[in-house]
Amino acid sequence: MASKDLDSTDRLEQLREGEHHGPDSGIKRWLFTTNHKDIGTLYLVFSLLMFFIGGAMAMVIRAELFQPGLQLVEPDFFNQMTTMHALVMIFGAVMPAFVGLANWMIPLMIGAPDMALPRLNNWSFWILPFAFTLLLSTLFLPGGAPAAGWTMYPPLVLQTGNAFPFMIFAIHLMGASSIMGSINIIVTILNLRAPGMTLLKMPLFVWSWLITAYLLIAVMPVLAGAVTMLLTDHYFNTSFFRAAGGGDPVMFQHIFWFFGHPEVYIMILPAFGIISHVIPTFARKPLFGYAAMVYATASIAFLSFIVWSHHMFTVGMPLAGNLFFMFATMLIAVPTGVKVFNWVATMWRGAMTFETPMLFALAFLFLFTIGGFSGLMLAIVPADFQYHDTYFVVAHFHYVLVPGAIFGIMAGVYYWMPKWTGNMYNETLGKLHFWLSAIFVNVLFFPQHFLGLAGMPRRIADYATQFADFNMVSSVGAFAFGASQLIFLYLIYDCVRGGRKATAKVWDRPTGLEWSVPSPAPYHTFETPPDVTYVDTAHGSHGAYH
Amino acid sequence: MSAAGFMGRALSTAGLWLGFASAASAAWELNMPVGVTEITRETYQLHMLILGVCVVIGIIVFGAMIYSIFAHRKSRGRDASQFTHSTKVEVIWTTIPFAILVAMAIPSAGTLIRIEDTRASDIDILVTGYQWKWHYDYQDEGVAFFSNLARPSNVARRLRSGVDPFTVDNYLLDVDQPLVVPAGKKVRLHLTSSDVLHAWWVPELSGKRDAIPGFINEIWFQTDQIGTYRGQCAELCGRDHAFMPIVVEVVSEENYASWLDERREAPARAAARAGGVEDAAPQQWTLETLMAKGEETYMATCVACHQADGQGIPPMFPSLVDSAVVKGGVGEHIDVVLNGRPGTAMQAFGPQLGDAELAAVVTYVRNAWGLDSGDVIVPDDIAAARAGEAETAVAGRTDVGRASARHAPAE
Amino acid sequence: MAHAHHGYYVPHGSRWPFIGSIGLFAIMFGASLWLADLAPGQWLLLAGVVILLVMLVGWFGTVIGESERGIYNQQVDRSFRLAMMWFIFSEVMFFAAFFGALFYARQLALPWLGGQGTEFFTGLMLWEGFEPAWPSDGPGALGGEYGIMSAWGLPALNTAILLSSGVTVTIAHHALQTDKRAVLTVFLAATFVLGFLFVGLQAYEYLHAFRELNLNLGTGIYGSTFFMLTGFHGMHVTLGAIMLVVIWARCLKGHFTPNHHFAFEAVAWYWHFVDVVWLGLFIFVYWL
Ligand code: HEA
Ligand code: HEA
Ligand code: HEC
Ligand code: CUA
Ligand SMILES: [Cu+2]
Repeated sequence: MASKDLDSTDRLEQLREGEHHGPDSGIKRWLFTTNHKDIGTLYLVFSLLMFFIGGAMAMVIRAELFQPGLQLVEPDFFNQMTTMHALVMIFGAVMPAFVGLANWMIPLMIGAPDMALPRLNNWSFWILPFAFTLLLSTLFLPGGAPAAGWTMYPPLVLQTGNAFPFMIFAIHLMGASSIMGSINIIVTILNLRAPGMTLLKMPLFVWSWLITAYLLIAVMPVLAGAVTMLLTDHYFNTSFFRAAGGGDPVMFQHIFWFFGHPEVYIMILPAFGIISHVIPTFARKPLFGYAAMVYATASIAFLSFIVWSHHMFTVGMPLAGNLFFMFATMLIAVPTGVKVFNWVATMWRGAMTFETPMLFALAFLFLFTIGGFSGLMLAIVPADFQYHDTYFVVAHFHYVLVPGAIFGIMAGVYYWMPKWTGNMYNETLGKLHFWLSAIFVNVLFFPQHFLGLAGMPRRIADYATQFADFNMVSSVGAFAFGASQLIFLYLIYDCVRGGRKATAKVWDRPTGLEWSVPSPAPYHTFETPPDVTYVDTAHGSHGAYH
Repeated sequence: MSAAGFMGRALSTAGLWLGFASAASAAWELNMPVGVTEITRETYQLHMLILGVCVVIGIIVFGAMIYSIFAHRKSRGRDASQFTHSTKVEVIWTTIPFAILVAMAIPSAGTLIRIEDTRASDIDILVTGYQWKWHYDYQDEGVAFFSNLARPSNVARRLRSGVDPFTVDNYLLDVDQPLVVPAGKKVRLHLTSSDVLHAWWVPELSGKRDAIPGFINEIWFQTDQIGTYRGQCAELCGRDHAFMPIVVEVVSEENYASWLDERREAPARAAARAGGVEDAAPQQWTLETLMAKGEETYMATCVACHQADGQGIPPMFPSLVDSAVVKGGVGEHIDVVLNGRPGTAMQAFGPQLGDAELAAVVTYVRNAWGLDSGDVIVPDDIAAARAGEAETAVAGRTDVGRASARHAPAE
Repeated sequence: MAHAHHGYYVPHGSRWPFIGSIGLFAIMFGASLWLADLAPGQWLLLAGVVILLVMLVGWFGTVIGESERGIYNQQVDRSFRLAMMWFIFSEVMFFAAFFGALFYARQLALPWLGGQGTEFFTGLMLWEGFEPAWPSDGPGALGGEYGIMSAWGLPALNTAILLSSGVTVTIAHHALQTDKRAVLTVFLAATFVLGFLFVGLQAYEYLHAFRELNLNLGTGIYGSTFFMLTGFHGMHVTLGAIMLVVIWARCLKGHFTPNHHFAFEAVAWYWHFVDVVWLGLFIFVYWL
């Protein structure tokens, strides 16, 4: 069937003709698509669904913790909720959201016709719904879902019932999806940039994703290895994590956190990228210290490989180990600080307006920094002996994850939604969503610092009475925060359906290739790459042509 | 409240901790307890120091942001400057935080080194975590016992128990038998576990340390302050992780000595504490008395896993009602309860319960929930089973923690 | 670069990835049902494998067809190369997890269990009398008496086999570049024959381990690391050898030109990768 005699360029033209037809109709468009915009949309919708499922689980947690005593669920089910909440939020909500944004925006930002490997792109996405079917189906099995925490520490996790292989294989699938997605992103960035876009002219979202994808490829296989060892310890009689056989339960923790710590930066670096676009746009001022931002991101990524044991200060490592990991962890505050300072300097003497994306970006800046501060406190080993496994840790990571990663995603969604849909979203609703979220996220998580310091351990379904007051406050905050997200849902629906038409530029004076195509972005963009040799693509806002 | 504690509160309310936190009253505990040992005091100071550093940096950074948000807005008619970088400030805000961190690292390392110095202990206790209780074994005193969640809490904490936790003293933070130690002595705990990970933590005495099956971790404390100190298991260990509290009573040396004597008096007494009627003559045991006692033991010991109706939570915790073992021969049944199933949550109850209790609980399980086998197991049966096993046992069972820690992870 | 961009081939939809997802799901779901003893999931697993194979044939068939029709320009070729390199990097990290476990167990866990270093009391109170030495089935002596797999028998032979297969594939590559098709096919065939020979000997070695040495996955940490590392490596060699067969068949059909043969190179890289992993295995699992 290979028609070698046919002139290959003719063939190519013929094939390319097909492309201009736009999307297929009906369900086939979504199942079989290789278009980066379609796939980006799929990722984003999937992530929103998962955010609500994971959030519903969090609501169960907060409802049970509303007051002391067990009112709603058995402790075992509570543990299942905690475990699944985390797995769903991390692997289902945050990571796919970032990949979705990458799919939509990276080709637009670097002037590429699509992702480098479009079929693989489809596969990366379509593995995910199946992986989560596998994981979520455990809720309906006899014995219920995994309940050993998202960290899956043995030996406890080996007591998991029927859910055990489902959890392991779901993680294998998620890992495969992430690795393929990351390979695609790296290759796209390295190979498909528009002529003239040198590495140090890449927009920061692209930079942050390049580094994130590298982290992903480096650590997801390690997680796969770790859970594979769990599987064989459970079913095939190996002794990796069994002292009697010469193994060590703590070894799992080392391998897990070698993945786990870079993983937490995987969940924040793309948000850093988004913020680096939003702030310049609404400050109408070029990003301050572009090169420093790039180097800082790279340093964070590098350091993230040598700090993992700060999650395990209490396992009884030798003194030298604890000291090393304490120092290395503290160091991360330096490059992260550089980023924070640069964002503030970008705002400095700008001409700011406060549309919803900017509001989320500013809340990110405040609240992520608070989360970072508590992170630094956790790094101090003697203090961590007190903080560890208490609600202080829960408060820390929700500050960096919810007003950090999630607000970062929200900022990005508001910022680019007009480009995707061609319509402006409802600004009033957007602001309402922001203010309710920003207020209640603090009501929800701030008291958890106090709970942790006062001695409330995490992962407990019931607690001593002296923790009652702050838990109630936190739960009220949780319900209000959760309910506020329904506004977001409606707003998206509303914006997709219609609204004031967006211009190509959407905002006042943004720079970047994504603003040079019409809104909504046509199904195929940059089939002929633009030449950006004389265009500023790095600073996210106009000015500074040099 | 100590001066440091007050400072902490003022600082935390004033600085970083914005908003409603200022409504705090005494019941709304805001800060870490200072604790009663040298180490916890040092830790507290470190905590306040790093918090202070963060608050100060926060004030500077957030101050700049807030100022900029108000001053540099478009609605004020501003035109944006277009500067893009300044190597000078980049260097400054890289080096200053670095210097601050170095300054923080030094005292932290000092405290850590002192914490890790476990040498020269006065008292050594082997602490073994079980799902879900603690076992304490005083190394040189021949005293060993389990410490369970206290009865009132254990009743109140059941789902929809109808008991208001606020009416229970020290809800979830009370045990049947606390760890008793003398004031002024360096107490060193050797932590291990018989099943999954646990963590031993009493905030006012020390930081936490994990109890890991097959390994021993050390932790120590030393305090002059007599009193009762409470804490909890701090590492997720399954279903009842929230329900394995720790209570330490620090007593004067004399009281400690007399407490030891009392505990040592008769090892039989230790078993009798649980048994109660241990020395009653065998002929006194009837199905009724065994059932009554068995139910009591079952509700205290087995119910967490196998549930009040004996249905368990399959597949993790098997139903006893449908169990072939329960319906099968008495010998195997006793064996399972006595020795547990290594590698599963079913632990060996032989070392934990007295003969009477074991006999009663086995009788109970075989006759409750409509099973009505009519089997009557008396304490002598248990004693016989123990004796038979002692001949074949490899490891001596004088040391509970040692024996079970060695066996638990095996197979 | 401006010209390279023109004509970057972007396919318009494909059903293969979705079918592949269904296949993977069937495999994983089937395996889970089976392992958890909930249902006879092995049949679903099998169905999944079939679906996955169909998908692989279909997907690769499409790509090969497109490649042979000359639709892929140099830039597409570069994408493939980069992707393959990063994929191999991910594989390296996968093995790193198991090597990490091996080193951790040998250098840290076992000495600690023997009471060395900071774990004095672990040895004293829990595992009295345990003398750590490699290989070990742990202080609980799990799995009973066992024999040690010596490095200088079959493993050494296997090393030689795998190393020579690395040479033959390189010769084949040079032949391809200089358009000596006969040499190409012969040496490529030699490569996968050596590959399958390796797998066969490895299988024989396993039988020897099970039957004569009483060495299996249950033999403490030694058995665990030994079989996990060699097992995953063996699976990779098998996969690599199958890919070599595919490439060989394509060579017979006249595919590839001296300067356009990404698939060949990808497989060759992969082959070198399993080769290098084997060297690591030989040194740290068998020898030292
Ligand atoms: C997005 C995710 C994210 C991010 C970005 C971070 C960022 C950091 N984290 Fe966090 N962390 C988590 C997610 C994250 N973490 C999660 C999920 C867990 C719990 C996992 C579990 O157990 O389930 C965790 C747990 C965790 C622990 C273990 C606690 C315990 O279990 O006992 C520690 C300990 O060191 C830690 C430290 C840090 C540090 C030092 C940073 C630093 O990167 C922060 C750096 C930022 C700043 C410091 C603020 C800005 C800087 C300046 C303004 C400059 C000047 C500042 C100074 C010099 C002070 N984290
Ligand atoms: C990105 C990750 C992420 C995100 C976004 C969140 C979001 C939230 N998390 Fe979670 N969380 C984790 C990651 C995350 N978490 C991790 C890693 C753990 C550790 C797990 C472990 O210990 O193993 C954890 C653990 C954790 C705990 C501790 C549990 C324990 O220790 O037992 C709690 C308790 O309050 C909590 C609460 C919440 C809440 C209230 C939200 C909210 O922000 C959620 C808000 C969203 C919604 C509510 C959904 C939208 C709305 C609806 C569904 C409508 C219906 C709602 C109403 C009518 C009210 N989380
Ligand atoms: C920490 C949880 C836990 C507690 C407490 C517990 N069990 Fe079990 N029990 C288990 C588990 C898990 C098994 C299944 C072991 C296996 O998989 O072989 C089990 C199995 C059994 C069996 C064998 C059932 C069978 O069909 O194989 C009996 C009998 C039994 N337990 C009785 C008791 C009695 C009596 C008590 C109280 C004195 C008790 N258990 C306390 C967890 C527990
Ligand atoms: Cu024991 Cu938690
Ligand atoms: Cu970390």
